[in-house]
Amino acid sequence: MLRYLLKRLILMIPMLLGITLISFAVIHLAPGEPDVVGAEMNPKVTKQMREQIRSLYGLDKPLYVQYYMWLKRFVKLDFGTSFTPDRRPVIDKIKERLPITISINFLSMILIFFTGIPIGVYCARYKDSIADKAFTTFVFAGYAMPYFWLALLLMMFFGVYLELLPISGLKSFDYDELSVAGKILDMLKHLILPICVSAFGGLAGISRYMKNSLLEVLRQEYITTAYAKGLPESMVLKKHALRNALLPVITILGFSVPGLIGGSVIFETIFAIPGMGQLFYMSVMSRDYPTIMGILVIGAFLTLLGNLLADLFYAVADPRIRIG
Amino acid sequence: MLLKKHIIFLLIAIFLSSCSPKKEMSFYDDPGKPAYGDTMITASIGEASSLIPILASDSASHEIAGYVYNGLVKLDKNLNIVGDLADSWDISKDNLTFTFHLKKGVKWHDGKPFTAHDVMYTYKVIVDPKTPTPYSGDFKEVKEAKVIDDYTFQVTYNKPFAPSLISWGTSILPKHLLEGKDITKSPLIRKPVGTGPYVFKEWISGDRVVLIANDAYFEGKPFIARHVIKVIPDSATMFLELKNNAIDTMSLTPLQFTKQTNYPAFRREFNKFQYPSFTYVYIGYNLKHPFFKDKRVRQAISHAVDKQEIIDGILLGQGMEATGPYKPDMWVYNKNVKRYEYSKDKALALLKEAGFEKGSDGMLSKDGKPFEFTILVNQGNDVRIRCAELIQQRLKDIGIDVKIRVVEWASFINEFIDKKNFEAVILAWTITPDPDIYDVWHSSKQGPKELNFMSFENKEVDELLVKARHTYNKDERKRYYDRIQEILAEEQPYTFLFIPYANLAIHKRFKGIEPAPAGISYNILKWYVPEEQRRYKSNAAVSP
Repeated sequence: MLRYLLKRLILMIPMLLGITLISFAVIHLAPGEPDVVGAEMNPKVTKQMREQIRSLYGLDKPLYVQYYMWLKRFVKLDFGTSFTPDRRPVIDKIKERLPITISINFLSMILIFFTGIPIGVYCARYKDSIADKAFTTFVFAGYAMPYFWLALLLMMFFGVYLELLPISGLKSFDYDELSVAGKILDMLKHLILPICVSAFGGLAGISRYMKNSLLEVLRQEYITTAYAKGLPESMVLKKHALRNALLPVITILGFSVPGLIGGSVIFETIFAIPGMGQLFYMSVMSRDYPTIMGILVIGAFLTLLGNLLADLFYAVADPRIRIG
Repeated sequence: MLLKKHIIFLLIAIFLSSCSPKKEMSFYDDPGKPAYGDTMITASIGEASSLIPILASDSASHEIAGYVYNGLVKLDKNLNIVGDLADSWDISKDNLTFTFHLKKGVKWHDGKPFTAHDVMYTYKVIVDPKTPTPYSGDFKEVKEAKVIDDYTFQVTYNKPFAPSLISWGTSILPKHLLEGKDITKSPLIRKPVGTGPYVFKEWISGDRVVLIANDAYFEGKPFIARHVIKVIPDSATMFLELKNNAIDTMSLTPLQFTKQTNYPAFRREFNKFQYPSFTYVYIGYNLKHPFFKDKRVRQAISHAVDKQEIIDGILLGQGMEATGPYKPDMWVYNKNVKRYEYSKDKALALLKEAGFEKGSDGMLSKDGKPFEFTILVNQGNDVRIRCAELIQQRLKDIGIDVKIRVVEWASFINEFIDKKNFEAVILAWTITPDPDIYDVWHSSKQGPKELNFMSFENKEVDELLVKARHTYNKDERKRYYDRIQEILAEEQPYTFLFIPYANLAIHKRFKGIEPAPAGISYNILKWYVPEEQRRYKSNAAVSP
């Protein structure tokens, strides 16, 4: 087991290097350069100033030199400083936004699992009933609906007409003056819409997985055996069927680890949430190479880690699988 | 089980009712008396990048910096240059030397006195090659700068240069906090210290910047006690927040201005303001193109495009026809230039003169070459894309086949404009308060990354542009620019389309707002909220 883990971890290094190399090449393929000081179409910027700024940022060197310089910093876990005028370290920019994105994604993932799995189980148990069809329609509607549109509708309904929930942001204007309970309530109110909207879109996937996997299991002979020996239905479902049906869900759980840090741009933009999606989008738009690379590398690392974790959990959860 | 359900419902009900709707007053029409207090909340699509303004080029940064810093000079409501940190200034007889007499008793927000040494530091750091600033161009013309005494600062130029005076409107930075340090790593980027009417309080990344009135401001303490600039990256969300009274002001699109805000509840809460914005939108031609070389062709297109239709149809009437590179309420504007009214006949007559003939299919051609070209538009600008569509239709009416190509901004600039790889573009220029337009129209400005990308060359315009920027005499400058406007109107290197209006909604409790050529924010320090109409009471007494 330990040897397997070590092998996998060591194999991740060349993989990660490959990812950085490809990412670096791809982001430099896009036309345009960092618009570091608004040099585009600005009558006040002379050619000489542009060259000077490029050399300040090391953009005048050949691409492989730039990559080598980046790599040299990266192995020391230094992501460099951003190209935007505030020149802050990339890691600071990420650190400031990461908790927001992770907590929102985490909460919405919990919501997805805690509503999606029961829906899936229910639909499998009462397959082809009216309720099953209604749930299916509901989750697919959530999947298919453009969520910026849904978000705007809900914001209009709960925010402007009912005036019950705040529309955007994470904290109220008078947040600092609230009591501790008031602060928590205030945050919660701000989080309701974003979390519900983002969870709504994810319900379909998990509930369908759950339903199909459970249906598969229910057809197995050992389930028939369980019924035959006279176990009550709830026992059969909970003890025998569900445990086995949950195995594929572990894989999905592993896959969603990188999703935890990747925010959605549209979503964060609409709700004015300063998260990772916005940071990534703005970095791409301003060709802020160090920040883009920083986010990509962290994302890649988490994806690899998520896959590894999924494999490990699999071994733990399913005695048929042996690793090593 | 039933009980449990009830408790849950009860909890939800309590939770929801705690989110109670705000009560609103409806007596905002009373002008009331000026009073200190209240908060103004504005929203910005983008977040500020750096609050040391010489390092930033985005409008969000400059808006905030405008509250925190002062320049030596500023523009008044009619766009005249007046003193800000400078009380007055003398210009030497040879027009080469400015002597600024600075205001005495001005203090930085940290209490240190402001002196001419701060001006000197600001100048030095701007021209320092290690400072990544887009604003050093104007200051590179300075031959010598010196501090005469604590309150007198003198600069000498190599040659008289009219835009140089307003360049001293740049934010003056505090020497005692910055000197000897790397400005790109200064904490002032996130926590500025200035001399301005508002003192910086906090910046929550991605969320908001809070500013507080400066009690010791040299022009008197501003009435509005607090300014909060929130980041709301989506304009639809911003509009909802405005309707919900969570922000106090926002600039509106023509559709929002004319239709979506036209209901009683909105009118009860908000005033709407409108003035010509500092931009004009144009069709620019590549003057190296065989057809567009001929000015009659350009004039014909100007006749064939119905500008009023564009204004009515796309801007919903919220704009005015442009006749040249200035807006009508500026002193430099020349109203007696040639105009191109919508006329198919005139357009066709001009094209015939230029050698174009109508074929059997109704399309124009010259020497066997059909008259067709592509208009390039940048992605994301809906107004320009729809303009292009209307223009396409109008030109098809007279037999010109127009294609439209929409391109992402970075490739638009790098692949097409810089390489002069285009036939016609729809773009816009910002109109600067100083009328100097040398960079756009002088024939020497045709290099890569320079702004005369349509290759306009006119000897008389070149001479006039140089003369006009080398004198400080307003009447003389006006004469030169009048002539330049006449030539541009005659030559039509651009078809000047329109000047859109800036449309603003501001909450009615703010009084004292008077639109002028400079816009509305020039007297923002004099805006006030009468005491009984105040909304954010708890913070009225907040001081830095």
